[in-house]
Amino acid sequence: MTEDSAADTGWFAGLEPDDLKAGATAIAEGTASEPADWPSRALEAGFASDEDEYYDRLHEATTAATRAAVERRERADDRQLVHAIRAMDDCHRTANELAERLAEWGGTIDPEAGTGVAYARELVTETDREVDHPRVRSLAERVVSLAEEAEELREYVERETPTVAPNLAALAGPVLGARLISLAGGLENLAKKPSGTVQVLGAEDALFAHLRGHAPSPKHGIIYTHDAVRGTHPENRGSAARALAGKLSIGARVDHYSGERKPELEAELTERIETIQSRTVDDDADETGGDADE
Amino acid sequence: MSDRELPAGVERREFDGTTRLATRGESVYGEPTEGEWRAWNPTRSKLGAMLDLEMDTGLEGGDEETVLYLGAASGTTVSHVADFAGPTYAVEFAARPVRDLLEAVDTRPRLFPLLKDARKPETYAHVVESDVDVIVQDVATRGQARVALENRRFLAEDGRLLLAVKARSEDVTRDPNDVFDDVREELAEGYELLETQRLDEYHTDHLGIVARPR
Repeated sequence: MTEDSAADTGWFAGLEPDDLKAGATAIAEGTASEPADWPSRALEAGFASDEDEYYDRLHEATTAATRAAVERRERADDRQLVHAIRAMDDCHRTANELAERLAEWGGTIDPEAGTGVAYARELVTETDREVDHPRVRSLAERVVSLAEEAEELREYVERETPTVAPNLAALAGPVLGARLISLAGGLENLAKKPSGTVQVLGAEDALFAHLRGHAPSPKHGIIYTHDAVRGTHPENRGSAARALAGKLSIGARVDHYSGERKPELEAELTERIETIQSRTVDDDADETGGDADE
Repeated sequence: MSDRELPAGVERREFDGTTRLATRGESVYGEPTEGEWRAWNPTRSKLGAMLDLEMDTGLEGGDEETVLYLGAASGTTVSHVADFAGPTYAVEFAARPVRDLLEAVDTRPRLFPLLKDARKPETYAHVVESDVDVIVQDVATRGQARVALENRRFLAEDGRLLLAVKARSEDVTRDPNDVFDDVREELAEGYELLETQRLDEYHTDHLGIVARPR
């Protein structure tokens, strides 16, 4: 839509009055820089015969447009995300495993053989390299394309998590957020878990060793990768993990039950983590657990 | 406290022995009903709280009164507004609550739902008419004064802005009073503030503002 027409064109411009589908599209996609007396303009344009008819059509069109938009947004569902993050991890793991094999094999025929996915990339890009073994070269190509697929999956996850779980994505970062959804088996499951469970998701081995009675309780699971935990002194990591898990649980619940964005959660988390990180290690003995969120 | 101050279509009525605000319409969120009246819960609605606390909202009620409602969420408040006012445009950006809002829309032919971002008025200026009588704003986002200023273009010269400011959305770490001072100051760029009142009785750290464009 050009600047000119946007300036003074209502949603009904050029529409057949009974074309509900086109009306809904115009509501959803149109723009205007300034509002105008649309009801009168619609009457002048012959879009409706009186104000009541205009408002009836507006009601129909806004309802149809909004219902369609809601359905489209909600179909961006957590199951897609769970598959994507698992596929991303599979691609990473497999690429690394094959890269190890490649490095060992390549080492027997290539005096300059390196290690890992980086070596596979060298073999693929530096064609003048004296490795004339077609199977080794082919294997290197597989490794590189798997690593690329993992990267593309990561981009997909980074794009999709904020749609599926905006608050969780903002608090945890999109990748960790997707991992938590995956570990819990879906956003609804995550929303229903107590925050103590969220705190140790991904540390099931350690948790069950603890429950069997021969290990200390794990302080954190996958949320260890979050800066709030990793950036905190080890003495205080339990507190940080507990505070973080609490906020993540609230975020997941808001995302599942209401979907509204609550930016204050991030600010509250930052504030809480700053308090924990500013503690001297000695003070920690006073910490009796049950962090209040306020 | 007399009903004279309330807009037409809003009354104080008895529900189970307690006097409560009420409007006429289909039940939306499980609120108590008496005949065709349904109670308006001020603890779940900032506009309800502003009316209950007898702020002078300037709302008149009736089919001629046009309303732009920013931050309609699942329709708790906007359904009451549509019950007593005329054409009501309900803007909300989050998809999940709008699913519930659509239920309230079904039985209210002059309530128009828009899944739009209130910070981007140009995305709905082709739908929302100019010179609306009232803008009600309840958006839990940073920059609430900015949203009000951006949407001033829809408001009639003698119209009213009814704004509920949530301090925690601006900055959780600051004293709410400081946040409110800043909001008032920024708002003064485009509005004359007629009345402000804390809504803490019903909503912690919220400020109700009645303003008109300058």
